[in-house]
Amino acid sequence: MATLTLLQAVNDGLRTEMRRDDRVVCLGEDIGINGGVFRATEGLQKEFGAERVIDTPLAESGIIGTAIGMALYGLKPVPEIQFMDFIYPAFDQIVSELAKFRYRSGGQFPSPVVIRTPYGGGIKGGHYHSQSAEAYFCHTPGIQVVIPSTPHDAKGLLASAIRGEDPVLFMEPKRIYRSIKGEVPEGEYTVPIGKAAIARPGTQVTIVAWGSMTHIALEAAEKAQEEKGVSCEVLDLRSLVPLDKAALLESVKKTGRVVIVCEAPRTGGYAGELSAIIAEEAIDSMEAPIVRVTGFDTPFPYTLEHAYMPNTGRILKAIDTVVNF
Amino acid sequence: MTTEVLQVIRSDGSVQKKLEPTLSEEMLRKLYRTMVQVRALDEKGMLLQRTGKIGFYVPSGGQEASQVGAVAALDAGDWLFPTYRDPGMALWRGASFREMLAHEFGCAEDRSKGRQMPNHYAFREMKYVSISSPIATQIPQAVGAAMAAKYRKTKEIVLTSMGDGGTSEGDFHCGMNFAGVYKAPIVFYCQNNQWAISVPLSGQTASESISVKAKAYGFPGVTVDGNDVLAVYSAVRQAADRARAGGGPSFVEALTYRMGPHSSSDDPKRYRPAAEEEEWRQKDPIDRFRNYLKKQGIWTEAWEKETWDGVRADLNEATKQVEALGPPTISSMFDDVWSSIPPVLQEQKDSLIEYLKKGELKDLGGAFPL
Ligand SMILES: Cc1ncc(C[n+]2csc(CCOP(=O)(O)OP(=O)(O)O)c2C)c(N)n1
Ligand SMILES: [Mg+2]
Repeated sequence: MATLTLLQAVNDGLRTEMRRDDRVVCLGEDIGINGGVFRATEGLQKEFGAERVIDTPLAESGIIGTAIGMALYGLKPVPEIQFMDFIYPAFDQIVSELAKFRYRSGGQFPSPVVIRTPYGGGIKGGHYHSQSAEAYFCHTPGIQVVIPSTPHDAKGLLASAIRGEDPVLFMEPKRIYRSIKGEVPEGEYTVPIGKAAIARPGTQVTIVAWGSMTHIALEAAEKAQEEKGVSCEVLDLRSLVPLDKAALLESVKKTGRVVIVCEAPRTGGYAGELSAIIAEEAIDSMEAPIVRVTGFDTPFPYTLEHAYMPNTGRILKAIDTVVNF
Repeated sequence: MTTEVLQVIRSDGSVQKKLEPTLSEEMLRKLYRTMVQVRALDEKGMLLQRTGKIGFYVPSGGQEASQVGAVAALDAGDWLFPTYRDPGMALWRGASFREMLAHEFGCAEDRSKGRQMPNHYAFREMKYVSISSPIATQIPQAVGAAMAAKYRKTKEIVLTSMGDGGTSEGDFHCGMNFAGVYKAPIVFYCQNNQWAISVPLSGQTASESISVKAKAYGFPGVTVDGNDVLAVYSAVRQAADRARAGGGPSFVEALTYRMGPHSSSDDPKRYRPAAEEEEWRQKDPIDRFRNYLKKQGIWTEAWEKETWDGVRADLNEATKQVEALGPPTISSMFDDVWSSIPPVLQEQKDSLIEYLKKGELKDLGGAFPL
């Protein structure tokens, strides 16, 4: 085992899958000689050549459209969108095409493209280098939405995504690209898509999170234990679609209290979907209303990002609310 | 086939008389001074970033002539849809260093209220339209503004700026197509600085030039030496005159070079040879124009010093002033999302401010006024 950052784990994951299967190709802006603006593809072009690690022109619809064509032809393309904020020129290709190819052709034309993209705030990136746009894609049947929070899961989930039969939006929490380190097995392994992880076991409150918010939730859970003696379980969803509903309901039924953390704007966010599922299927077990801690319904600000992003203080406040209801 | 590159000032400062614009001495001095302003702001911006005073910076060194020559060829009432590498277009139209730095610092005084990353300026009264990070989005918008100007018969025209990389996006192509179809009074202005982050022009297009693309959309395109401020001026002026006279769109490609990194987060040593940078350093746009001014008998050593000293003094004074300015209030985050705040957002705002007032979320407030 090696201790890697989340970013290194992504790099290792790509390299491992490319060595394993020559159908795997990467494409995107600045991913070749530059190794990606975050260095996720560092060294890959050198090892696998410019035909498998393709620096594309600056056009996201072109990147995803050509990736779809490659997948239809039998390759396993792993396009990178440099920042999730720049995915929108490819929205049509993803939502109308990629996600619907299998269905609309009666299963004849599956299109297993794995789109990697760094997402999220906390890096002083302002409007266009900070968004968490998972909700648009969770709302689109036909594409899986996967978000790791640890180096181990990043590599293992990426392997599952690349080996899988379905299109995947693989969102990488760039805020913790370098700050979160962990043990990562060398060589091949997979972490299954569709299974949540209990990042911290607890009994009184369930905190649901994903991506970089998992770590903020963990900090809050620790503080709640230390400062207030409240035991929180942190559930790291890992896959938003498909959702591990069983794990969610199991935890909620145990604790009866739920805080959901989501850094995206509140209205129409995935936290709302989770709340509805809990309300529909676990209301009998609930001791308090569900509380969401989310970004606000504003575009992502620059100077005030610290006030926009959910933080431990706001999560602790929510824990208080559900405990003292 | 190779595309002809228009030049007015040869590298020794001598002139191709046929293309030389007739500009007043005052105008020539303003062109030079604005180019100096751009370079000085650039040095300051990178320094402020390196010393941790601002979070990010996009340098535009090497492209001073491209920015300034283009905006100078327009009328004051013409609209600009620029990119993040066009501070010179704002400086030419009178933006102060204080305003520009207030933006880089993300202060309350920033025109954009600290909401965008540095270099994403917006100056309503200068018709310098708010800059977006997503590449090429401004291009069809600029065409729409030009269509509106045509409808209103104002004789105002529009210039939209873009990088070489920007010409690969779909928005570039639909913008060009609409402009051709509607004969919109617009100048498409591409600063081809040879690189889009780490991707060289050859990785962006197989076309012999960028300007040749205009032909397919039904209007003329020219390529000029973008480090020659007078060549840029002449070409853009001609395109602007044509648009104003009802002749429709034109395309101007300025060949230039991004001397610095793509941004403060980038390291060009990873992808481009130092020799290439050196080659372009020899073509420095400020040096070139200085040679011209010398030949015209306008430039003196004393004036050079006065210009730089004056610009640096302004910049240092502005930096001092801006460093003393405060950040935006936390409440201001909720303004301007819509024309008025809807109840659900008002609730979000109230609950955040209420917590902060109670001091329960101290970690959020800190030095920030509510
Ligand atoms: C839609 C979109 N995709 C990707 C990016 C990331 N990005 C920022 S600048 C840039 C390169 C732009 O190159 P060019 O258009 O040549 O302009 P230059 O930076 O050279 O002035 C890229 C890829 C972006 N801002 N927007
Ligand atoms: Mg460029």
